[in-house]
Formats: sequence, C-alpha cells, structure tokens
Amino acid sequence: MDNAKTQNNGERNYERRNFVKTLLFSFASLLVPNLTGAQEKLKKAQAWILGNGDNPEEHNWGMGVDISKCIGCGRCVEACKNENGVPREPFFFRTWVERYRILEDGETLIDSPNGAMDSFTQDASDKNVLRSFFVPKLCNHCDNPPCVQVCPVGATFKTVDGVVLVDSEYCLGCRYCIQACPYGARFLDPVTRTAEKCTFCYHRVVKGLLPACVEVCPTQARIFGEVKKKSSPLMRFLRMNKIGILKPSMNTEPKVFYANLDKEVR
Amino acid sequence: MDEIIKHLTPLLKEITGYIYPNEIELHWGLLVVVYPYVTGLVAGAFILASLVKVFNVKEVQPTYRIAMLTALAFLLVAPLPLLAHLGHPVRSFEIFLTPNTASAMAMFGFVYAWYLMAVLLLEIWFDYRRDLVAWAAQEKGWRKWIHKIVSLFSTDISERALSFDKKAVKFVTVIGIPSAFLLHGYVGFIFGSVKANPWWSSVLMPIVFLFSAIVSGIALVLLIYMVVTPIRSKAIDIKCLDKLASYLFYAMIVDFSLETLDFIHRIYESEESIKILAALVSGKLFVSLIVIQLLIGMIVPLGAIAAVKLFRVPEELRKLVYFVSALLVQVGIFSTRWNVVVGGQLFSKSFAGLTAYKMTFFGLEGLLASLGLLLLPLLILYVLFTILPPWEEARTA
Repeated sequence: MDNAKTQNNGERNYERRNFVKTLLFSFASLLVPNLTGAQEKLKKAQAWILGNGDNPEEHNWGMGVDISKCIGCGRCVEACKNENGVPREPFFFRTWVERYRILEDGETLIDSPNGAMDSFTQDASDKNVLRSFFVPKLCNHCDNPPCVQVCPVGATFKTVDGVVLVDSEYCLGCRYCIQACPYGARFLDPVTRTAEKCTFCYHRVVKGLLPACVEVCPTQARIFGEVKKKSSPLMRFLRMNKIGILKPSMNTEPKVFYANLDKEVR
Repeated sequence: MDEIIKHLTPLLKEITGYIYPNEIELHWGLLVVVYPYVTGLVAGAFILASLVKVFNVKEVQPTYRIAMLTALAFLLVAPLPLLAHLGHPVRSFEIFLTPNTASAMAMFGFVYAWYLMAVLLLEIWFDYRRDLVAWAAQEKGWRKWIHKIVSLFSTDISERALSFDKKAVKFVTVIGIPSAFLLHGYVGFIFGSVKANPWWSSVLMPIVFLFSAIVSGIALVLLIYMVVTPIRSKAIDIKCLDKLASYLFYAMIVDFSLETLDFIHRIYESEESIKILAALVSGKLFVSLIVIQLLIGMIVPLGAIAAVKLFRVPEELRKLVYFVSALLVQVGIFSTRWNVVVGGQLFSKSFAGLTAYKMTFFGLEGLLASLGLLLLPLLILYVLFTILPPWEEARTA
C-alpha cells in the first residue's frame, strides 16, 4: 500500500518535471529564431571575409599619425565622406582634422571648421602665433573600448582583427556608445538613425586595400598596418618615433598612435 | 534628415570655444530628463509606502495605498520616454533577447520587470486581495467583474489566508526596499559609470539619485494626498501631513549633504575638467542649477519646513507651507534631472568649449510629448483610484 503510494507520487513528480521541462523549452523556443538569426549572420560575415582571402586571426590593425607631417589639407576628410557615404553636413564625421594655434600669451586656439574638409583659412587675427600644428582625429579602435562595453545589445563590437564596428541592422539608436566615447568619434547617422563611426574602411582592409584616408594623404601623415608584426610599416613607425595616445588616463588603450603629440592636444 | 540639419545648423552659432564636430547634436534631450524623474518618483513613493509596513509608522497609513498606486502609475509610464527617444524603437525587445551582459543599460529590462512583477504588482495584489474579494461579492455589473479579474478569481478570505496575505505583503516590502534602491540607483549608475564624462562620472551618483528620488516621491505623494482629499470632501489628516513633511525634510537634508559633498569634492580635487565645469555652472547652468535646483528647489522649502516645525504655526498655514514646499521640491528635482542629463552634454569632451541645447515643441523629442508623458501617469492614477480605491473608508475591515 505504502509502496503503491510512493510509486504514484513518483509518477506524479515525473509528470510535473516533464511539464516544467516542456514549459521551459517552449519559452526558450521564443529565443531560438533570433539566436539562429544572429549565428546565420555571423557565418555570412565570416564567409565574406574569408572569401576575400583574408584571415582576421592573422591581423591586429592600428594606425599611426605623424602630427608633424599633417598639412591640414583635409583630403582625408573628403575621401572618408566619399568612401563611406557619410552625410556631407558639418555635423557628421568619421574623421576630422583639428588646428591648434598656441599664442605667445599662452592661449590656445583650437578649430576645425567643417571638420577641415575645405582645409583651413588664415584669418587676420592670426598674430603672435608661437607654434601651430594639425591633428587628424578618428575612432581610436580602442583595445579596451568603453563604447563596446555600454552597448545594451552588443550591436557594436570588436572584431578578431581589432577593429571596432557597429552593426547598423542591430543598433537600437540609444546613443549610450556616443556618450561613452571620450573622443567624440561617434555620431548618430541622420538617415539610418543608428550609431556610426570610423571602421578603418574595413570593407577595403579585408580586400588588402588601405583605408581611404591613408590612401589619399599627400604627406603620408597616416600609416596603417599591423600593431604587432615586426615587418609592418606601422611597427617601424612606432619604433622610430616618440609615441603618444589621446587621453591615456581613460585606460581605453587606443590603437591610433600619434607621433609628435603636443600637450595641448585634447 | 532635412529636419535634423535644419535643427542643427543654427546651433553652430551658439558654440563657444572648441567642441568636437560630432558633438553639435545633443543626444539625450528632454525625454531622457523625464525618464530618471519618473523612475525617481516610483522609487520614492514606494519607499514612503514601505515606511508603513516595515517600520510601522502608523501616522502615514492614510497614504500607504495612494503611494503604492502612484508608484505603479509612474512605473507603467517609465519606459515610454526611453522607447520614444530610441532611433529604432521597434528593435527595443533585443534588450531582453540578446542583452550585452557588460552593459549597464542592458539590465534595464530585468530591473524593470523585476520591480514591476516581483515587487509592485505582488504587494498591491496581496494588500488589496481581501478587499477585492469583498468588493466583488457586493458589487454588480462591470465593477464586480473587474474586481473578480484583478483578484485573479480568488475567494478565500479565511483567517489563514488573510494572515498569509499580511505576511506576504511584509515579505515583498522587505524585498521591495532594496529593489527600489536598485531601480533608481541603477539609473544613477547609468550616468555615474560613464568615465568619459566628468560631470556624470562619480561614485556618488547612484546615491545622490536615490535620495533625490526619495525626496521627490514623498513630495509627490504629499501633493496627491493634499489635492485628492479635499476633492473627496474629506478632512486632511494633519498628523499624517506633519509626518510626511518631517520625512521629506530628513530626506532633503541627506540629499543636500550628498550634493554638497559632491560639489566640495570636485572643487577640492580640481581635476582636468574643473575649468570647463566651472564655466558651465556659472554660465549655461546658472539658472537651472543655482537658482532653481539649489535655491528654489532645496533651500527655500528646507527653510520653510524648518520654520513651520520650529514655530508652532496654525494648521492652515502649515498646510499651505507643506503644499508650496512640495511643489517647489518637484520643480527642483526635475531641474536636478535636467542639470545632470542635459548639463552633462553642454560641454565638449575636449574640455575646450560649450555646446547648446535647443528644445523643440512638437515631435517625439519635443516639449509637448514630454508634457504628455508627465501627465499620462496622473491619468493612469485616476483610473487606478477608480478601480482600486485607496481610501481608508473603502477598506472592508
């Protein structure tokens, strides 16, 4: 009698367990189409990259900028806008050039009219300038990127080869990443309403081409390449120059390296 | 797109110094000011309600259910401003399905769902269950059915069931207090953890948010109680009011001390950003920070309540002072949210210049939409008051 009861109980427990299991599985199935969706997409992206004969595992991309070589012509800005379809209005830039003028009285004038796309003009008030230089800016493709950390859905991510990208089909447009970037490198695309930024021209890089800004620079102030391969031009640049990074106190570990960086540069 | 360009172009003239070119568009506008203001009211109202259940403060009993329903009404509206400000609101469900666990913002869905489902709804249900059953038994027509449905068709009002209800309410409240801290502390963390922004980045931020939330929540419940009671032609319980005002006063003292500590700490540390922040506070934020938040929203009501407590003034004057103080506190706390959210975006991360914010009137991010979002919870509250009368005389035992 007792035995029969426990057996009965056992059966009931089994039934209950099965019920809970089914319930959990059916709830989980809600997530499945989405998960497979993301995986499919990743596979597609991988196939595309590998189809170009590029293995991301073999690279870690970075950029060097020699401030003493930059003449502020703004051709990089123009090339970037053309290459990447960045809106031409003066509020959206993947790269821009800043002009620093340090006056004799110690005051520093910084400007970047239209991101320097139309270069700079010498204005009449330009007197007693102690020194002056141009600083190209872009996404630093940080190794410890605050933007990637804060994205609520993981729409912005670091690729295997060290480039920070945004999936515009996934981005919610919450703009937390724009707030988190210490360099002002991000903006909200007015057309797609998603976060946008420099990609190191990833679509070119995987084909073995250089980023558009590097390609057009007439003075070779920008050097693109591998951060860790000894033979790369970037490594040579890092060996031969005194190197600075922007806002080192942020611990973002930028991969855009500046030679001849002045203390005034923000 | 043309609209955005049209909006941004005149702002070019408002810039002083140098800002990064991408910084002209101010990304978190009025809607994101409304969001922490509303969640703050939720957390504050709930904490006031829990005084009754956990700390047995009998005097504020008349406001217990009002506070709970207020918290619910505002919580229901809380996600709307966030949703409205997204570039792609339709994709918002991704926060639940594929959250990035490293992101503070990704926790929003879970914190919100937990607070709504595991705290507020549960506590309200257990607290009201006995009355719901009784109401459903007495009433006819749609009210009977609504109460039946809301009670989830429970009918058991035996001694045992009722004592379980009581225990459950207490248990949920005990869980609810840390949850309310979590709900609003989390909002503070969203801002406080942005290291790129020196105006936000502060470990005190969640705590300051929390205490300002308690301040605003108590003040709101006090206002609602003072408005609703005469409308129902009932007498205001002055003992309850005195107690509410006292708690408001204590919460404000803590809030004020924290904000002062933050202020002194910033000046004393005098970090790289101090010059641009000083320019911000003495310039673009002077009216909203020094005049409205500090003077009108904090010092005047603090002084008024203190004066009323010190000198035994007549009841009617006391009521007037409490009411006006609570109103000023609301203005002050809204201003606090504004100064954090908008203020944090009015200077460039180059620390070399100031930007500008121009509010629009129409459109999702405009003034009209935000006013609507602030009135909506009051409308919901009216409906809740009708379905679940929170008045003492409506109790069945």
